[in-house]
Amino acid sequence: MSEVAVAEKVKEPKEPLFSKKNRALISNPLDDDNPITVQVLGICSALAITVQLKQAVVMSVSVLFVLAAGNVIVSLMRNLIPNRIRIIVQLVIVAALVILVDQVLKAYVYDVSKALSVFVGLIITNCIIMGRLEAFALANKPWPAFLDGIGNAFAYGGILVIVSFFRELFGSGKIWGFPVLGEKLGALLSDGTLATKATGLYAMGYVDNGLMILPPMALITVGALIWVQRARNPKLIEA
Amino acid sequence: MAVDVNSNKYTFIFAAVMVIVVATVLAVASEFLKPMQKENVANEKCQNILSSIGIEAEAADAAAAYKENLVKAVVLDANGQVVSEPKFGAFNIDILKDYKAGLSAIYKANSDDMEAMTTALLAFGDGGVNYPMFVLSKGGKDVYVVPMVGTGLWGPVWGYVTVAGDGKTVVGAVFDHKSETPGLGAEINQASFQKPFEGKTIFDESGEFTGIKVMKGGAKGSNHAVDAISGGTITSNGVTEMIVRTLKIYEPYFRELQAETETTEVVELSLDSTALALNFEQIVDGIEPSAE
Repeated sequence: MSEVAVAEKVKEPKEPLFSKKNRALISNPLDDDNPITVQVLGICSALAITVQLKQAVVMSVSVLFVLAAGNVIVSLMRNLIPNRIRIIVQLVIVAALVILVDQVLKAYVYDVSKALSVFVGLIITNCIIMGRLEAFALANKPWPAFLDGIGNAFAYGGILVIVSFFRELFGSGKIWGFPVLGEKLGALLSDGTLATKATGLYAMGYVDNGLMILPPMALITVGALIWVQRARNPKLIEA
Repeated sequence: MAVDVNSNKYTFIFAAVMVIVVATVLAVASEFLKPMQKENVANEKCQNILSSIGIEAEAADAAAAYKENLVKAVVLDANGQVVSEPKFGAFNIDILKDYKAGLSAIYKANSDDMEAMTTALLAFGDGGVNYPMFVLSKGGKDVYVVPMVGTGLWGPVWGYVTVAGDGKTVVGAVFDHKSETPGLGAEINQASFQKPFEGKTIFDESGEFTGIKVMKGGAKGSNHAVDAISGGTITSNGVTEMIVRTLKIYEPYFRELQAETETTEVVELSLDSTALALNFEQIVDGIEPSAE
């Protein structure tokens, strides 16, 4: 902390922790400056792990941790990091944090870690994280950097949760793994045929939309979100 | 603060210190979390083995339930013969690791030459490949759980197929995968795919080994096939290849089991001891491995 204090001798009136400017750091990414729907970053993971709500939430929490911690660490070290190797330094910090997250998930929530498989490792390549480190943390104090990290991670997570909610609901008729639209039960008869019995909506002939499970529908869902957002936020409409 | 942050010397020192610090942190974290991770992996294995004999256990008490039901764990070599003093315990053999470490290449290269494959498998690694098998008790009867691993569309698939004490009837099967397509190939870990395996036989009426095939277009009442998942052709083919290839290795063991049950049946039915002895010898001759 001390080196930060020394370097930041620029006279500034002390800001309250949640000044208007700091609050904007959290609220901006949620709407006007959303990393997914406005900046169109981090799309790859938004497509890959939004099949189920639970996966999306765990992914969001992991990204939240990596982004907030990465932002704070880079911000603390911003006057120490040699300019020529700054990207590599950021990459090492993010990679180390991601490996930590991966190890902790494997130890404590093994089934989720299995479901996320390679995507946790791929947090490293999430453009949002490198983008925030490079664009914000490297030039700001730890506290705003932390808020910026939280804000962007929530914005990212919010989109993930919305997309995965619709994909899980229409793709497999479940929310958080619970069947909400009724159940399809299968039983094997003695002659080897499979008998099925359906309850709820399925009994009325409703069929899950298999396309929702596949990545293209994630893209279309994100597209629909962008459309909704632009329709109600005039600031985003390009002239 | 007279240090020039952008000098070469500083850059090198910074990079070196950073690498050492990061490495230390990660090493400590990994060592600290390793016991829990190992336990999770072992619990999952117990769960899968139990599931293949029809017992659903929670991760927390899977290990205890596995111990309770375990009769014995044996290790076979590539000839299907029991290894009397295996290097590793059957439970600790990581077949996925072996598969990735070169077994998949051996299987692929020798898929139509069983003898060459056996030779290669016996020479693999340090003292040949070890094939684990778990004998569990289900409803008072011994059942034989065979772990297997193969290749799907995007990554490895694996599973456990359980064979009854008669050496040919399948009691249950579980499969899982690393990254098959959700909704298509990924369905192999669903009960709707696994359930039909129950009651199928891996030998036909004339005693020839058939394995169980995952058939596109439906099993059509065959005793040695189950329905494939539509849209998951490559995964289905991978599962078929895995089942047939793996069970083929265990074939001699299952033949011995068949011989045992058949002879006991013959004893019960007929008192003609010479015919029995002849019959038994024929069977034993039939299963003797031809080459060492």
